[in-house]
Amino acid sequence: MNTFLALLVRDIRLSVRVGGGALMGALFFLIVVVMMPFALGPDLALLARIGPAILWLGALLASLLALDRLFATDYDDGSLDLLMMGRMPLELAVAAKAIAHWLTTALPLVIISPLLGLMLNVELRATGTLALTLLAGTPALTFIGLIGAALSVTLRRGGLLLAVLVLPLTIPVLIFGVAAANAAIIGPVPFGPPFTILCALSLGSLVLGPFAAAAALRHGLE
Amino acid sequence: MQLKGQNLVCSRGGREVFSDLNFSLSGGEALLVTGRNGAGKSSLLRLIAGLVRMAAGQLTLEGGDGEASIGEQAHYLGHQDAVKPSLSVRENLQFWARYLGSGEGVEAALEAVDLAPLGGLPAAYLSAGQRRRLSIARLAAVKRPIWLLDEPTSALDAPSQARLTALMRGHLAAGGLIVAAAHGPIGLERARELNLGPV
Amino acid sequence: MPVIDLANPARFLSFVNRVLPWLAAATIVMFAFGLARAMNAPDDYQQGATVKIMFLHVPAAWLGMMGWGVMSVAALGTLVWRHPLADVAGKAAAPIGAAFTLICLITGSLWGRPTWGTYWVWDARLTSVLVLFLLYLGVMALYWTAEDPGRGSRAAAVLTLVGAINIPIIKFSVDWWNTLHQPASILRMGGSAVDPSILRPLLIMTGAFTLLFFTLFFAAMRNEILRRRVRAMRLMQAQSA
Repeated sequence: MNTFLALLVRDIRLSVRVGGGALMGALFFLIVVVMMPFALGPDLALLARIGPAILWLGALLASLLALDRLFATDYDDGSLDLLMMGRMPLELAVAAKAIAHWLTTALPLVIISPLLGLMLNVELRATGTLALTLLAGTPALTFIGLIGAALSVTLRRGGLLLAVLVLPLTIPVLIFGVAAANAAIIGPVPFGPPFTILCALSLGSLVLGPFAAAAALRHGLE
Repeated sequence: MQLKGQNLVCSRGGREVFSDLNFSLSGGEALLVTGRNGAGKSSLLRLIAGLVRMAAGQLTLEGGDGEASIGEQAHYLGHQDAVKPSLSVRENLQFWARYLGSGEGVEAALEAVDLAPLGGLPAAYLSAGQRRRLSIARLAAVKRPIWLLDEPTSALDAPSQARLTALMRGHLAAGGLIVAAAHGPIGLERARELNLGPV
Repeated sequence: MPVIDLANPARFLSFVNRVLPWLAAATIVMFAFGLARAMNAPDDYQQGATVKIMFLHVPAAWLGMMGWGVMSVAALGTLVWRHPLADVAGKAAAPIGAAFTLICLITGSLWGRPTWGTYWVWDARLTSVLVLFLLYLGVMALYWTAEDPGRGSRAAAVLTLVGAINIPIIKFSVDWWNTLHQPASILRMGGSAVDPSILRPLLIMTGAFTLLFFTLFFAAMRNEILRRRVRAMRLMQAQSA
């Protein structure tokens, strides 16, 4: 447990110290959401209607871009080799890194999402629900993205390859996330079923992600 | 304790790097692996560490921890330093001490490589040689029986090389094993040599 | 002393240390005066007392834009004239300008809710100020993420000058688009259209905000110079070990 916490704390420290890494994701999220009305026009009714979808897409893209850094820096400076030689199984090490990544990258997105919701004319009350769906769904995005990050780190193709690998895998999360958000705001579909499935996807990926990522790292590093 | 490799075959990138490799190393002994660039010195070290898969052959460790893999009982000092610039010198070493071992021995290790005065400084301010020393401090901080060293004396000035030699001698005297890849001698007089000739 | 002497960081520091207390005192006095006049100004016949937010909102908007102006001068100093303190000035001005822009956005939003019924509307002016805020954040990112102060500053200076194109657009945006926002009524051909009882407190508040900007600005420059000294000392410590 000590080892797990040591890695978790280190990754959080690195993310916070390396020039605003944590806030960059939130800033990108903000910018992506701001871009949408420029493309769609300032019609407030339209923005309110598709607000949840815009926020979910923004969160998805922002999480994705940050995933690139998850293994890349450790691979570049030789830390990844040593992480694989620890007493802790690689699956747990990978999970620790993913949790640190979620805390520093995805959680800020969840926190500023109500503010962005207000800018898209989503009702104040509904922005809380929106944030809740992001809170439940972003772990799935992180842990599924983990797999893509592990696959692409050794191939050295960078962010676009990672996006191509990961985006299709995250389609269920996006579908149920937006469905849950819309259900809370517009109805008539009840909020419960999509939200529950969203939580299930997150919990499932919490297990599947580290195993797949560890396997990808082991085979990729040879 | 004995580390034995029998009929080891290693292939990387579709190319067979070495085959039919045999060696045996007992506690207190050092093995110096020599050969041209590309002969497979680094690959052998990574294979023992468990970072590269064996295509064929057997690798056994007798007298060690039966539950743990060989990699978990080895230190790997590769070409890179695994030093994070945004963490302090002490924080860097403390992390590896906790991750690879029990977390103690950090101060003594910093003393052993003469980096104690710079303990609180961000590692970004260190020169390449100082970073190498921080990397070596890892070996002093966490007790593991097998040391896998890839060209350990490169980028080190004379005093640092002397410190490393002292650490290596201490490790061997305590019954540890060293497998080192180098182009020339590294300060251990009684090291056996394994030359990876042309394939 | 001639201005050029201020290029020396040590002389600049002693200049700031002498001037700063006076600036701070003047700021406080001006704010006290301005707020008193603002509270006594008449209510708007349509908006009631909420119009008083304008006394914070309008100066903040001007200062947000002026901040970018200060940064642009600093950027020219970095890229063209190679003034040694220019990049310190740019890095110091950015967060302050960003804060004033944020105050403008937030006060505007709070003003808009009772007046227009929404917290946010995508009209040309508000959107341009939002874009200004995002550009501020971008420049701050460049200044703060570079390990070596010099490298980040040059990049930030280039971005600053590119972003300076935004400032004229904000000023004339109200005339270019028909929007919800209050049409420009302070600076206009043929004199101001705002009643002097509102205009005077507004100008006083603007003066107070400007003094606040420069107080914070000089303090921030001092901090940055000291920060760089610490960094240099640490580098020397590492090299001599």
